[in-house]
Amino acid sequence: MSYGLSPSLAAVLLIPIVAAALLALIPSYKLGARLNVLVSFATLAAALSLFVVERPLPGPYLQVDDLNVVFIALGSLVGFTTSVFSASYIAHELETGRLTPTFLRFYHAMYQLLMFAMNLALASNNIGLMWVAIELATLTTVLMVGIYRTHEALEAAWKYFILGSVGIALALFGTILVYMAARPVVGPGLDAMVWTILMKHSAAFDPALLNVAFVFLLLGYGTKVGLAPLHAWLPDAHAEGPTPISAVLSGLLLNVALYAVLRFKLLLAGNPGVIAPGPLMVAMGLTSLVFAAFMLYRRRDIKRLFAYSSIEHMGIITFAFGMGGALANFAGLLHMTMHSLTKSAIFFTVGHISQVKGSQKIADIGGLTETHPILGWVLVVGVMAIAGLPPLGIFMSEFLVVSSTFARMPLLAIPLVLGLLVALGAFILRLNSIAFGEPRGSTAPAKASYLPMFAHLGLVLVAGIYLPGPLVAWFHHVAALLG
Amino acid sequence: MDRMILDVAHLLAGGLLLVSFMMLYQDRLPALFNVFALHAFVLALSVAWQAYVQAAPHLYVTAGIALIFKAIVIPVVLRRIVVKLGIYREIEPVVGIGSTMLAGMGLVALSLALMLRVTAEADALAREDIAFALSVVLLGLLMMVTRRNAVSQVVGFMSLENGLVLAATGAKGMPLVVEISVAFSILIAFIVIGIFLFRIRERFDTVDIQALDRFRGERQ
Amino acid sequence: MALILDLAVQGAQMALVLLLAPLLTGFVRKVKARLLRRKGPPLLQVYRDLWRLLRKEAVVAESASWLFRIAPYMIFAATWVAAALVPTFATGLLFSWSADLIAIVALIGSARFFLALAGLDVGTSFGGIGSSREVMIASLAEPAMIMVVFSLALIAGSTQLSTVASFMLSANVGLKVSLAMGLVALVIVAIAENARIPVDNPATHLELTMVHEAMVLEYSGRHLAMLDLAASLKLLLYMSLIGCIFTPWGLAPAGAGPVAYGLGIGAYLGKLAVGGFLLGLFETSIAKMRVFRVPEFLGAALMLGLLGLLILFVTRSL
Repeated sequence: MSYGLSPSLAAVLLIPIVAAALLALIPSYKLGARLNVLVSFATLAAALSLFVVERPLPGPYLQVDDLNVVFIALGSLVGFTTSVFSASYIAHELETGRLTPTFLRFYHAMYQLLMFAMNLALASNNIGLMWVAIELATLTTVLMVGIYRTHEALEAAWKYFILGSVGIALALFGTILVYMAARPVVGPGLDAMVWTILMKHSAAFDPALLNVAFVFLLLGYGTKVGLAPLHAWLPDAHAEGPTPISAVLSGLLLNVALYAVLRFKLLLAGNPGVIAPGPLMVAMGLTSLVFAAFMLYRRRDIKRLFAYSSIEHMGIITFAFGMGGALANFAGLLHMTMHSLTKSAIFFTVGHISQVKGSQKIADIGGLTETHPILGWVLVVGVMAIAGLPPLGIFMSEFLVVSSTFARMPLLAIPLVLGLLVALGAFILRLNSIAFGEPRGSTAPAKASYLPMFAHLGLVLVAGIYLPGPLVAWFHHVAALLG
Repeated sequence: MDRMILDVAHLLAGGLLLVSFMMLYQDRLPALFNVFALHAFVLALSVAWQAYVQAAPHLYVTAGIALIFKAIVIPVVLRRIVVKLGIYREIEPVVGIGSTMLAGMGLVALSLALMLRVTAEADALAREDIAFALSVVLLGLLMMVTRRNAVSQVVGFMSLENGLVLAATGAKGMPLVVEISVAFSILIAFIVIGIFLFRIRERFDTVDIQALDRFRGERQ
Repeated sequence: MALILDLAVQGAQMALVLLLAPLLTGFVRKVKARLLRRKGPPLLQVYRDLWRLLRKEAVVAESASWLFRIAPYMIFAATWVAAALVPTFATGLLFSWSADLIAIVALIGSARFFLALAGLDVGTSFGGIGSSREVMIASLAEPAMIMVVFSLALIAGSTQLSTVASFMLSANVGLKVSLAMGLVALVIVAIAENARIPVDNPATHLELTMVHEAMVLEYSGRHLAMLDLAASLKLLLYMSLIGCIFTPWGLAPAGAGPVAYGLGIGAYLGKLAVGGFLLGLFETSIAKMRVFRVPEFLGAALMLGLLGLLILFVTRSL
């Protein structure tokens, strides 16, 4: 029987897990960092090959289809660039004594374990397996957020652990309910948990049970996406963990959690009797957007600022998927990709900035374009991108969301545009004080690796102007499925 | 015979709910661990009964895991941790017992009403198990919210997991993924608990969550 | 002829409860004394105390009103009627149509109301303390009792005690967790209502710890005799209630012959003996709770009642 494996898929999964085991055993951190980069590159190559190789038939545990192939590739890309960034970042952390070599072994092993968990979640065809993978990803990030062992880091990690575990528990309950809805139609056993089989029969499931299941799943996985009011763990976890982890959290883990919600939304779309899940997602998305936009104004810590920005963008994406319709869904998928690239680039920059200036407080950082021109201007471009200015990629997806909202529900466009404008204002203010004006903080030269930031922002710039045809086709196809 | 099956399942699920309530008002840690052990024991009985009724031998394994890990090993280890942390004799100011109990009752009524209405098509045993399971989950959540001590928050989370196990066994025929995830969550929660409780203790000299809250970073 | 016989049997039950009540109280005292390795007062001592009190002069305070004088009679009447209605050795007696659980709860409630008023009537502070505590306890005990009544009514299909008892005797009952919870809740309520340890110490001399005794502090003579007898009747009432609902074996069905009645009386005496022994044992092994803890204790009864009711709803809607 087919297990849904092709050599590429097997490579995407096996490389990280084997590497995790290896990295746990290697004592030298320099070798560990280099191996980390190499392994991430290999995973990226395997993920890219998924585009060209013939797709295997879906098995009971794994599958490759239009929706997840893009995210696997994106995830591997961000994983690779983050590992490059992490290599230079970690060297500095060791110098300042914030981390010790033993922790680094643990850190690298957990990093690859996280990559494995995320790829497993993306590639899984089994709703139970997806849950296990997301739980594994949560646990690895919890351990990594607390790695600095300061008061703040421990508080952040504990809060993340508690809230994340509650979210995961609710998601498991929702998964069980989906199984219960499927069982009378598909029969008990493994089949009732296989997503492709569930999609085929979803029209025959009990709508009431599916409704309740989706609510639990949205609440559970939505906690991991960072939707208000379940977002409380997100700012602390981003601010107190090591910056590579903030990049991976924002760039990847939020996307994987949202991907899980999307899978279940796809399932619900097949059943005519269910209450449309759209309005709930719209409500949560708008709340997150407006709330986060206002919260941006008073942030004094630079990583916390961008953490709230992540909440804001996840709100926009959820809103887009909640609106439904081909255009909004396409915009949502595009936005997920663009946000992932942009936010991780920003965190790379911010990581180096905070290392150079020795502090994460905005009050201590100033006049970057004068003292560290490359970092400063990259940050300016990044913030322009994240605020949604043309010609960068996010502008395109936000524009599509706003226009489809105006077309379908003009009233909702008001809070949407309001949120976007408020966020834009906050970023302009902050950018002004960080990048321009009087230089503050140390002016020591930065030993940064600029390649990851350039790569990401370059991709975002290109995507703002031109999207490759196959990508558009893929997204359109999935958008149509999402209903 | 059918009535008997339903009655015993009822008895065990109702007992689990009752023990969840008992956990809500414990203000001493050793008593809390004992009640948690009882909780896991009743869960093991309930899962074993389901295994017998559904003729699903792999559920006996789940019952065994619940019994050995959660009813015996975890309370013993928690007791040792608590002695090492030095909070063995502490009395925790549990948030308003009366209002907590009333809130718990409200949650139970809500979950029973919701689940029974929604699962109209399933068979009686599965329906009542899911209904009681959601109640236990919500009570575990309530316990996590009303507690100030990190250790009792963790115990509340584990009682929440117990409710999930009950739900998973009630859904007939859920494959081995259930066992894997259950064992997995026990194991990992354990590692994380061990690491965190000691780290928190060594950093804060206390496991009072209110103390942690002072380091919330930019009061939002 | 049959009517006269039924009337006689019903009358016999009324007389039986009246005669047995002091004996039960004496038995409980004896058990407690024996468990404490004392000899204790003789079993018939309570009868002698009542007889002594009846012959004494009733001293009434100057500030007392007509309520103070009437209250003992009201309380005694209400309690005796309630106790007489509960099936002790037979179901389906002549007045059993009126033996409704809710009616019994109401009768007890009205007795308590008059007692509380009487405690307040003379204007002493101890009476006030007793009344306020009594009403606080009642405000939690009564809802718990009603919850148990609901559960029983849902299970047995009626609130009439004879129907409930015969239902419990039949095989339809099955193994119900709600019944177990109801039993525990009812026992807790019974302890609270009868002013027993851990809620209230019936043998205390310290006024600040009194609940029931504080309310009757001003009474003397025949008034006090009636109140004491009423208290004993209340204890008998709750024990027969628990006995007839949860251990209904030995109850003679309606219209049975004298042999069955005899067996019923024997079973009833046995139940009382066991109940009295358990009560004595419980009171000796536990300490009295501080007054602010009593709401928690009764809250547990309320929760158990509610929970049993909820679980019952689950069964019925499956």
